Amino acid sequence: MNKSVLLAAVVGCLAVSAHAAERDYISIVGSSTVYPFSTVVAEQFGKTSDFKTPKVESTGSGGGLKLFCSGVGMQHPDITNASRRIKASEVKTCAENGVDKILEVKVGYDGITMANATGAVAFNLELKDIYLALAKEVPATDGSETLVENPYKTWKQVNPSLPDSKIEVLGPPPTSGTRDAFVELAMEGGCKTIPWIKAMKKKDKSHYKAVCHTVREDGAYVEAGENDNLIVQKLNVNPNALGIFGFSFLDQNNDKVKGASIGGVPPEFESIADGKYPVSRSLYFYVKKAHIGIIPGIEEYLAEFSSDKAVGDEGYLTEKGLIPMPAAERKQFADDIKNLKDLSL
Amino acid sequence: MNKKTGTTLDKVQVGLKKRYAAERRFQWYGKTAIAIGLAFLLILFGNVLSNGLSAFFQTRILLDVNLSAEKLGIGENPDRKALSKADYNGVVKASLRELFPEVKKRRAKRDLYKIASNGAAYQLRQQVMANPELVGQTISVWLSASDDVDMLTKGYTNREQIAAVRRLSDQQVIWVDQLIDKDRLERQINHDFFDNGDSREPELAGVWGAVMGSFYMLMVTLVLSFPIGIATAIYLEEFAPKNRLTDIIEVNINNLAAVPSIVFGLLGLAVFINFFGLPRSAPLVGGLVMTLMTLPTIIIAARASLQAVPPSIREAAIGVGASHLQMVWHHVLPLALPGMLTGTIIGMSRALGETAPLLMIGMVAFVVDIPQGITEPATALPVQIYLWADSPERAFVERTSAAILVLLAFLISMNTFAVVLRRYFERRW
Repeated sequence: MNKSVLLAAVVGCLAVSAHAAERDYISIVGSSTVYPFSTVVAEQFGKTSDFKTPKVESTGSGGGLKLFCSGVGMQHPDITNASRRIKASEVKTCAENGVDKILEVKVGYDGITMANATGAVAFNLELKDIYLALAKEVPATDGSETLVENPYKTWKQVNPSLPDSKIEVLGPPPTSGTRDAFVELAMEGGCKTIPWIKAMKKKDKSHYKAVCHTVREDGAYVEAGENDNLIVQKLNVNPNALGIFGFSFLDQNNDKVKGASIGGVPPEFESIADGKYPVSRSLYFYVKKAHIGIIPGIEEYLAEFSSDKAVGDEGYLTEKGLIPMPAAERKQFADDIKNLKDLSL
Repeated sequence: MNKKTGTTLDKVQVGLKKRYAAERRFQWYGKTAIAIGLAFLLILFGNVLSNGLSAFFQTRILLDVNLSAEKLGIGENPDRKALSKADYNGVVKASLRELFPEVKKRRAKRDLYKIASNGAAYQLRQQVMANPELVGQTISVWLSASDDVDMLTKGYTNREQIAAVRRLSDQQVIWVDQLIDKDRLERQINHDFFDNGDSREPELAGVWGAVMGSFYMLMVTLVLSFPIGIATAIYLEEFAPKNRLTDIIEVNINNLAAVPSIVFGLLGLAVFINFFGLPRSAPLVGGLVMTLMTLPTIIIAARASLQAVPPSIREAAIGVGASHLQMVWHHVLPLALPGMLTGTIIGMSRALGETAPLLMIGMVAFVVDIPQGITEPATALPVQIYLWADSPERAFVERTSAAILVLLAFLISMNTFAVVLRRYFERRW
């Protein structure tokens, strides 16, 4: 009895897998940062076209590219979102698995903000302050070119112009793309302002990276999980704490938290769009060209995603916190989509 | 003699007070433990209820929409395709402008449009598609207000706060108040929450997609795990020889019951998706993984209920000449079945609340369309809760709690069913 049931299950699996060969919806994977935008477009696309609504999975940029590059065929995703550019190594993996024609589309920009509760004192940080406050090892205070365990307890110790409150920053864990980008843009950005550390990059790149990218682990940086809503809630309870999250969360919770200026630039729509705000990154998605024309609706989805209605200056994605590209760049990517231009790094 | 009993009694008397005190203390510890447990439960339920109840209501606006063919941008006798592509957004906006004719500036108009939901046009489209004869008429319909307005009327947005940090501008708040005065804006039962699939607009988001996803997944699990689990249990308990091999199997089944569920998710990814090539995000794969996870629970419960059938029943059956198989099928199984069913339902409710393995097989996804079968992309209820908890829009906070309420209602009704089943069929010897 056992055997026959198992056999039936296996046969059933095979029958269904044959059936699954005809997928009639777009399958999207990838970055959790692009997810809020990608889902809005997917929903809009599903509701205003005759195609099925695409399925969007939030797997993280790296995880998404891994799935994306695993091959051509119905069981592999058609599009992957990424909050960073595809790496040469990933392009190579892709090509090895037969995914050699990839279309790159830039969605827009996203700012990473540091914010605290609205009632609390306003912060005006420099990148260097962020590095000094959050790195595991910082230059010794006596001016010598040595690294010591981070001694700073309050912001005032880091920079006399900052408030005299305890350093307490709630941020995402290392698995998050937001954390990657924060470390790369804010911490390394601050790290580079110290000349002798910058000089180290040439000599010993891995040591340089370790110095600039390692976040302190003595409790000043609290890993608050991937849930940005939770960070917003915690900031309200604890006015001394700063939180790190994407601009869209700041935008949606303006009444509860306020963003710290970085390098004198407040995290605002305009300042991120024109590149003045230093901690911002580009968001992308990648399309498997072999699937275009086979999975119904990919071209139409791309058209929707590149339309002014979506990513224009007043498009519906800007309401969700996306920072649009300048018109010229937007046009260039719209043309790339039309010509289905191959990715070139 | 007398003296001796006296001393024993004395000894008892001396210790008696202490012993009573110890008992009272112990009872007190127990009561405190229960009180703490109940307090946590109350806090949990109170929190979920107070956050979630408001999600069952949705602010709607009464709009007079002019559905003339001209305004909709369609011909005189539109076919379905033309109807589905008509400009519903435009007519919704026009009707808002009619309500506030004094609004002229482009910027102000944009602010005005934000009072109605982005989904109002979809709702109108749905109604017109269902009743094409509405074209050409002017109808009064209740359409969803935007999530920001919804948050305002529910009191989650603080009116006193300065406009710069509020989601709505002062002017928008004034418009909302004017609409309330005109009886054109009110909170109504939110049936969208029960009818719709997921959406990125909180006012359109519903649990039905997730409920159906969970339902299909549990059906697959039930159809596979119940027969396999019961067959395994009967064979092991009634027929299998007791030797080292069956011992090993038994130990392994018990071990499997304690394996963390994420491991089953990884197994599902490797075997069902990568090897068999089953579709990602499908309730079929979810059900298969849940089958692996619930099988040990069902087998253990089924074996326990087989063991609980008294030997006298078996002996009597054999005694009147029944074969071994007849004894099991006619006498033991009917008596053990209630316990087996209870075990199955408990296994099922565990599967219903499980999220971790679904993460691996792609059921943590944004799925708008209601799944129509076991191979279509779907999510499950706990996954929907997780996804909403992670969304930036404020209005998803209450929807998260409301989805928790729906999940709890499901779990409680399944467990109640298990209890009722047991009460009804239970036999005592």
